Amino acid sequence: MIFIGERINTGFRDIKQAVTDKDPEPIKKWAKRQEKAGATYLDVNLGALSSKPEDMCWMVEAAQAGSSLPICIDSNKPNIVAEAIKVCRDKALINSTTATDEKLDAIMPIAAEHGAAVIGVVMDEDGAPKDANKRVENAGKIMAKAMELEIPTDDVFLDPIVMPLKFMQEQAKEILSATGQFGLFSDPPPHIVCGLSNVANSTTNKSLISRIFLAMAIANGMDAAICDVMDKDLVNAALTAELVMNREIYADAYAKR
Amino acid sequence: MDIVDVKEKWTNAINTVTIGATKDEGGTRGSTVTVGGETTLPFLTGEGEIPNRPVIAGIVVDVVPEGWPDILKAAIGDVVNSPAEWAQKCVDDYKVDLINLKLAGCEPAGANASAADAAKVVKDVLDAVDVPLIIWGCDDENKDNEVLPECSQAAKGENCLLGPTTESNYRTLAAIGQADKHKLIGEAPVDINIAKQVNILLQDAGFGLQDVVMCQTTAALGYGFDYVYTIFERVRMAGLKGDKMMALPQIAHVGWEVWKIKEAIADEDVLPGWGKLSERGPRWEATTAAGYVQAGADIVALAHPDAIAITREMIDEFMAG
Repeated sequence: MIFIGERINTGFRDIKQAVTDKDPEPIKKWAKRQEKAGATYLDVNLGALSSKPEDMCWMVEAAQAGSSLPICIDSNKPNIVAEAIKVCRDKALINSTTATDEKLDAIMPIAAEHGAAVIGVVMDEDGAPKDANKRVENAGKIMAKAMELEIPTDDVFLDPIVMPLKFMQEQAKEILSATGQFGLFSDPPPHIVCGLSNVANSTTNKSLISRIFLAMAIANGMDAAICDVMDKDLVNAALTAELVMNREIYADAYAKR
Repeated sequence: MDIVDVKEKWTNAINTVTIGATKDEGGTRGSTVTVGGETTLPFLTGEGEIPNRPVIAGIVVDVVPEGWPDILKAAIGDVVNSPAEWAQKCVDDYKVDLINLKLAGCEPAGANASAADAAKVVKDVLDAVDVPLIIWGCDDENKDNEVLPECSQAAKGENCLLGPTTESNYRTLAAIGQADKHKLIGEAPVDINIAKQVNILLQDAGFGLQDVVMCQTTAALGYGFDYVYTIFERVRMAGLKGDKMMALPQIAHVGWEVWKIKEAIADEDVLPGWGKLSERGPRWEATTAAGYVQAGADIVALAHPDAIAITREMIDEFMAG
């Protein structure tokens, strides 16, 4: 399971303050903590705080100072991605492109040029799709662009766009169905990822809803998630789901204690 | 018609483990041995990288157990009574890459040699040869908990491969491995889940998996070989697919197991259809080794000089691609 730790995001007060003051310590701290909790990548999100590429570069360097994990560059602005990827010490993951021609033409080539992996979110000019079919259609566009640029399948992450359960409950099944269909694109299949926190938006049982949804998504083929990797129950639910799907070898001490 | 390229592309490499320490590294070895690092299945040199070929460890026993086959003792010679000379013969004549010192003499039901005795043998062998050393306990848990720490101490700085580590003794082995800076053999009883568990336990005890070589209680051909072979394969494939817990080099203790079976040692008049006694055992040993290196064994421990020669030639051919 590929865990992309979501905590280094200016949406959190301490990270926002750190970027404003250019104090790397909070970012280093969260980089280290998430690595210890089992993250595979560190998502780094500048958010709406700034549109300056140098601020994103600063964040990436601070995260790399605190951990040996590779970086997931969380931005859909090509100029920010293009600069940030240059300071990535390891093979980066770009989060993200959509399925629009504009974004595909701007973001995918950056991934191809730097040998980075890339997340393709199945949104198009009309916004987020309403059903599984449209999601699959948009995913197809992303896969085609990846093939055109010779980006290996193992470097492509498809995101079916998770929606809040509370407000769009009927979407959950479409998302799971789309996840299953994404796996049919190639053999071996591309990675399938989601921004998990969205699913439990505004609910009172955030942790419970998140882990059940993630387990169900894993049963449909999802193998990556941008999530709260500090939530041990969430991580253990994902690890257990992978055992059920025979994707990992069982050992008695498999769960995080 | 174009033939489809069916080359596999694995996503993860197997760890690289180096055994032995030269003078610059704090030891006294003239050479070190490095295993692992593969990015593909055994010997598929056209499909990925195989930076280190499988190596052969010559088995030397501290005190040869009663009932060790005469045919094997005869093939090795009188040096079976002197571990240091036996080790020298393994290196000079049999051209092994490293020595596998099996401390069978410490078995309580056997010679019941002491920890101090074992430590002396370790020192003697280290003095006698230049190649790296594997120190293999007597497999009696309580005895090994006395013997291995003392042997580990005696070999401090030499970066030996020490074992076996199991679910029950991992704390002791992790502690001495860290203190005396040795690599560890993580062993499971023909069980892939326990193998993974041992690795998790070692890691939890603070011993890094980059310093571990995996082992299943090795079976001779005909005595459970297929079970062990399958696990070797499963471990290797899981490692190549990305399971960092399984991406470790592996060792097969071939010679120790093969020379227990009747096919290797029964006289020709007992089993007339089974061929010449002098050839049967070494060939059985080499065939067992052949299977394991193709399943993912990076180190094979062998006893008979003919088996060693056949196995080396076979690995040469396989590596030539």
